[in-house]
Amino acid sequence: MMKTWRLKTPIKERHLEKLKVGNKILLSGVIFTARDSAHKLLKKQIEEGKKTPFDLKGSVIYYAGPTPPKPGYLIGSIGPTTSYRMDKYAPFFYSLGVKATIGKGSRSEEVMLALKKYKAVYLSAVGGIAALLAKHVKKAEIIAYQELGTEAIRKLWVEDFPCIVANDIYGNDLYKRVKEF
Amino acid sequence: MREIIASEIIDKVAILCKKANYEIPEDVKDAIKKAYKKEKSELGKEVLSQIIKNYEIAESNKVPICQDTGVAVFFIKIGKNAKIVDGNLYDTINEGVRKGYSEGYLRASIVKDPLYNRENTLDNTPAIIHLEIVEGENLVITFMPKGCGSENMSKTIMLTPSDGEEEIENFVVKTVEEAGANACPPVIVGVGIGGNLESCTLLSKKALLREVGKQNPDLKYAQLESRILKKINNLGIGPAGFGGVFTALAVHIETAPCHIASLPLCVNINCHAARRASLVI
Repeated sequence: MMKTWRLKTPIKERHLEKLKVGNKILLSGVIFTARDSAHKLLKKQIEEGKKTPFDLKGSVIYYAGPTPPKPGYLIGSIGPTTSYRMDKYAPFFYSLGVKATIGKGSRSEEVMLALKKYKAVYLSAVGGIAALLAKHVKKAEIIAYQELGTEAIRKLWVEDFPCIVANDIYGNDLYKRVKEF
Repeated sequence: MREIIASEIIDKVAILCKKANYEIPEDVKDAIKKAYKKEKSELGKEVLSQIIKNYEIAESNKVPICQDTGVAVFFIKIGKNAKIVDGNLYDTINEGVRKGYSEGYLRASIVKDPLYNRENTLDNTPAIIHLEIVEGENLVITFMPKGCGSENMSKTIMLTPSDGEEEIENFVVKTVEEAGANACPPVIVGVGIGGNLESCTLLSKKALLREVGKQNPDLKYAQLESRILKKINNLGIGPAGFGGVFTALAVHIETAPCHIASLPLCVNINCHAARRASLVI
């Protein structure tokens, strides 16, 4: 049986010590969506010395852009997008206290080094199961860059959001191990 | 000459956009269910069961299977005895996309300019439309919302005749290997062989329209499909890239005559959310 851990936000370093690649995570609490354009803007904002729209310390960034919500729905379908496009930005955000990112697909060597250095993790959610993942979102609100539409930063309250530890704080990589399943 | 009124096409295209994004085709669903039964990795099996559950939620709640509701790709066959009245076909299709994506709460994912002005067009237009003139008086519209996770992992190469089937096998397998988890496996691999640079890429996309697992009618190509599929599924990438037997559900090869000096090859990968829908007017 695969090991399952319940993880709550905000994340402290000690919460991550027990997590190993291939472990299943049920994540609850607050997470923030950001993808290509939001990363670019957020980095610029920080470099200009401006306040960030959310506290990065102990935070979780979810690489995702939802579909518009249907009337009566809190959020549209929302699965992970491919993470490597954010590799250029990830070490910067980990250095500022982001403790986990959620996406799909493998990360660059630079990101893996940053994860080890800043004691953070990369979690992988399953791509293409966006209607199911939306069921784990209990509340959602746009907190920045509304003009970006789907790429705006959304604050999501999630419950038992399922993901897998793809990179732990010890430098291990799930995607390099897959052949040993 | 049969006359088809443009405004009637708009409504039907809008319905098609919604249907394709909410309901996975039966053949894809069956292939995933079969994979679930046979998958050996525990994580892989769990991923496949989540994929099946996701289909059910999307279909019953009428919400998109995937948040990436894609580039709107259309394959249209127009009978030579059919005529569109009160509008032109391209505008009509785009109007249908505009309506379908807005009414269906589907994500708009198209930007106006690829490099300098990446501003969202907000209605997922323009669609990409491939038009073919055929016999008869019908209009056959096939819609494929193509997600970009798998599209970004697709590749073309201009091989030369001496490269032969060995290089073809290597290139296809390598492309899927490098795509890894990014393309949302288990994937469907569309392969175009022959034609020229642009027609080869179109062949590879048309290959994705084939019913999953149905083989090329030419035995030699059918055998090549099987060999490549076996090699891909020996990679161990598995569902969602978490490890497992099912990295691909099928390999579909489409071919065309080509120049004496060339052997074009294109690999177009489709994610497991391989959505498509058709209608006849």
